[in-house]
Formats: sequence, C-alpha cells, structure tokens
Amino acid sequence: MVSMSEGVSITVNGLPVQVAEGASVAAAIMMARQPSRISVHGEPRAPLCGMGICMECRATVNGVPHSRSCKLTCAPGMTVVTE
Amino acid sequence: MSARFDVVVVGAGPGGIAAATLAAEVGRRVCLIDDNATPGGQLWRGFRAETAANSLHGAGFLHWTSRLSKTTCEVCSGWQAVSLPAPGQLRIEREGESRDLSFERLIVATGARERFLPFPGWTLPGVTGAGGMQALLKAGLDARGKRVVVAGSGPLLLAVAAGLAHAGARVLGIHEQAPLARLAGFGLTLAAYPGKLVEGARYRLQTLRAPYRTGSWVVRAEGRERVERVTLTDGRKQWTTDCDWLACGFHLTPNLELPRLLGCRVADGYVAVDALRQSSAPGVFCIGELTGIGGLDKALLEGQIAGLAAAGRAAQAQALAGRLPRFLRFAERLDRAFALRPELRALCEPQTLVCRCEDVAYSAVKDCASRREAKLHTRCGMGACQGRVCGAATEFLFGWENTGGRPPVFPTQVSTLAAAAGTPESHD
Repeated sequence: MVSMSEGVSITVNGLPVQVAEGASVAAAIMMARQPSRISVHGEPRAPLCGMGICMECRATVNGVPHSRSCKLTCAPGMTVVTE
Repeated sequence: MSARFDVVVVGAGPGGIAAATLAAEVGRRVCLIDDNATPGGQLWRGFRAETAANSLHGAGFLHWTSRLSKTTCEVCSGWQAVSLPAPGQLRIEREGESRDLSFERLIVATGARERFLPFPGWTLPGVTGAGGMQALLKAGLDARGKRVVVAGSGPLLLAVAAGLAHAGARVLGIHEQAPLARLAGFGLTLAAYPGKLVEGARYRLQTLRAPYRTGSWVVRAEGRERVERVTLTDGRKQWTTDCDWLACGFHLTPNLELPRLLGCRVADGYVAVDALRQSSAPGVFCIGELTGIGGLDKALLEGQIAGLAAAGRAAQAQALAGRLPRFLRFAERLDRAFALRPELRALCEPQTLVCRCEDVAYSAVKDCASRREAKLHTRCGMGACQGRVCGAATEFLFGWENTGGRPPVFPTQVSTLAAAAGTPESHD
C-alpha cells in the first residue's frame, strides 16, 4: 500500500495537490476534483478502470499529451494539465 | 534494439511472477515485462517491500518478489507489449522507445479487467469501476469521509468495500446483482465466502456495517458535472441514495488481446490450454485469469506449472498440475454464480453512451447486426480503448462476439510500428 507518511506536491490545471508518496497521477486528478479529459462531445470524464485499460484518465503530464495518468507515479513538481 | 531470451513472460501479477521465477530458478534466461510502474499486478498493486508485511496478501507478495529478485530474470516494468514483428519476437514499448524481445517460449499472464455495463450516468466523474476504485485506493486516492455506493457483481465488491472502509470512506451499501438463492446454491453466500479471496474482507466487513444486498443493482447515476446520487432497485421498488462516488463493476473479463494476436484458441470466453497451460499456439502458455477467473491461488499455481513447463521441466510441471482441478472448478462456480441477470440489458436509455471513447449512444448501435457493423457505421469500439470497455458490454447487451486481435494491442507510437523487425522479413 502507498505510504501516507511523506507527501508529494504536484499541480493539476495549476491547482496544487498534495498526495501520498507513490500515488498515481490519476489519484491526484481525482483528489483535485478535476476532470481528466473532455470527451468528443464535450463531457467531463474522470478515471474509470484505474488499471490502464479504459483510457478515460488520459491527461497531459509534464507536457506529454494523452498520458495514461493511472500508470504514472506522482513526482515532486509534476505538472498535469487536463483538457 | 533486440535481446534473446529462453522465456519471456508478459504480465507481472502473481501468476507472471511465479512463472518467471520458476523458469529462471532452473537456469533459463527469462524476461518479465509489465506495463505498470512496479511488479505486482492488480492484487499486489502498490505493494512495496517495506510496507507489504502489514497488508492482506503481503506475505505472498514478499515471498514471491524476494524469490524473483534472487534469480537472473530481467524485469522490465513500465513496458507495454504492442505487437509481434516476426515469429518468436515480441515488440515492447515504453514512452516512445521500443525493443524487440526474441523468445523460445512465451508465457502470457495479462490478467483480467473489469466488465463494465452502461447505464444512464455511468460516464459521470465519480463513477468508477469497483476494481477501478480498489486500484485507485491502492494508488493513493484519499477516500476519507467520502460516501460511496459499491455495486455490480462478483466477490471483488466485498474486497472493494472493505478497502474503502479501511481508507476512511463511508460505504453506504454493497449491491450485488446476483440473487441470494443462486449465490447460496454455489456455496457463495457471505458466510461461506471463498477462502482467501475475501478472508480479510469478511473480517473487516463485520465492522463495516454496510449492508450487503444481493439481488439489487444500479438503475442510474445523476449529478451536475459529477455523480451526486444513485438510484438502485431490487426489481420491485426503486430508491435513491446521495453519494460522492459510485464504484460499479460487473465481475471480470480476461484480457484476451495478446493471446488472440498470438493465435491462441479461445473457447467459452477463455484461452483453451492443456494441463501444462500450453495454448494452441506453439510455444505459447497462458495462465491466470486468461484460462478462467479464479483469483490468486489459481494464478500462482498455473504460473509455477507454466514456468516449469516452459523451462523444459515437464515432469515437475505435471506433478504440480495434479492440484489444478480444484481451482478450475472454483473458477467455473464463480462464473455461474455471478452470471449477469437479464434486467441489466434494459438499463440503457436511447441517449446513454455505450462507447465512451467515441461517445456513441445506445440508440445508434442497438439496431446494428454485429460488432463490425457498429464499428463501420457508428465508430463504436474504434476509440482509444480499442473496444476494451464497450466490447464486453455489447457482447452482453447484443450478443456480439468480441474477437478483436489486431496489432498493435495497445495505442502506440508510429515509430514503434515502423521499426523493422529484428529478423529479415519480406515486404514485397
């Protein structure tokens, strides 16, 4: 399990989020209450499967677009932008 | 860049780790690849050597990862298997970089994903899978104070509810669509829940105080911008509950994309294998959830059998295979007990999205004759998930067979596809 003892700070759409060390970027996006992407018809979406299958959690992470955020671990200073 | 191995194992869940360990322990050159940041798969997701001892299933994780680490097995975490550029070669990719691995034997341990079914509101933020919620919790999601409805089907619901409660959430209810009479008929009532699967969950459920309600299911989720309330039914009456999250998944379905690409025969929804877990594709073994949803013990045993068999230790593998039938019967029992009720086919409204990637509504696909026709006319299943979500749903809703097996098995970089195979091949 992820340790809650130490934290990591990242930003999601400019909002600072503090997460546990080892937390995934998808978890951080949910905690920031931001949608992870906007669907082709303009609906907000958020992580669904948590395991890299559904593609709903794709976001721009440190400038890399369409990154599956549930597959990425938060690192200090990481910048996440959702559409 | 390419490298030669005797055995390549795809998927570092419990089964894959056991397979790689056994093959490497008898001296084979082994590579274990996995698309997650660290080994462990779903059940051991997020486990770390320093903290695992305190977790349910932690002892097994420590035993197997420590055995693996004493071998020469090369572990490639964060790598995704994408295609087969030539016979006996697997192309893997990580962040735009690709590698070709040559193998004599391939062990596929790609596990299962949740089966999702569409219902009004299922695309709202805050609606996750049940296993999806569990994965997010293990990946550090802060659930303290959240009001959560758990729904869908399968033993996983109990583990998810226990995980949520442990993380400080308020579980408002656990809604299992299967009727109590059927669960009881298969010896799967809460009181007699399958041993290790939810050993800890049962213990924690006693303090959870969330009602476990069989024969009930979600009708719709509603909210502005995100889920705010959920309507449930027991088939007679409906009721609505305010909540922050809805965790909803309908048991599991195996990740068959890679086995299908390899030409493995699939029968009744799973890869057909012999006693040593060898598939119809020469030199390709399939283990764990690919051969039947049976959980940890089945995967560990099959991993050991396939690891030994792939390493040429057929007699030792055969000896272990004698223990399998019990686990295979359990997997069959689970499938039958948690079979989906027909009422779940009637949840969609005309505008309910079936394909989340391409935003294709139920009304657009309901009159299509096949999955192929739906793809061609509506783009259902043509999006980024490659039908992984809507494929299982349309199979249940419309009976469309899900036989997709085209490379790449995952969205990939054009440069990865364009790279020449490691062995000469004619392109005339």
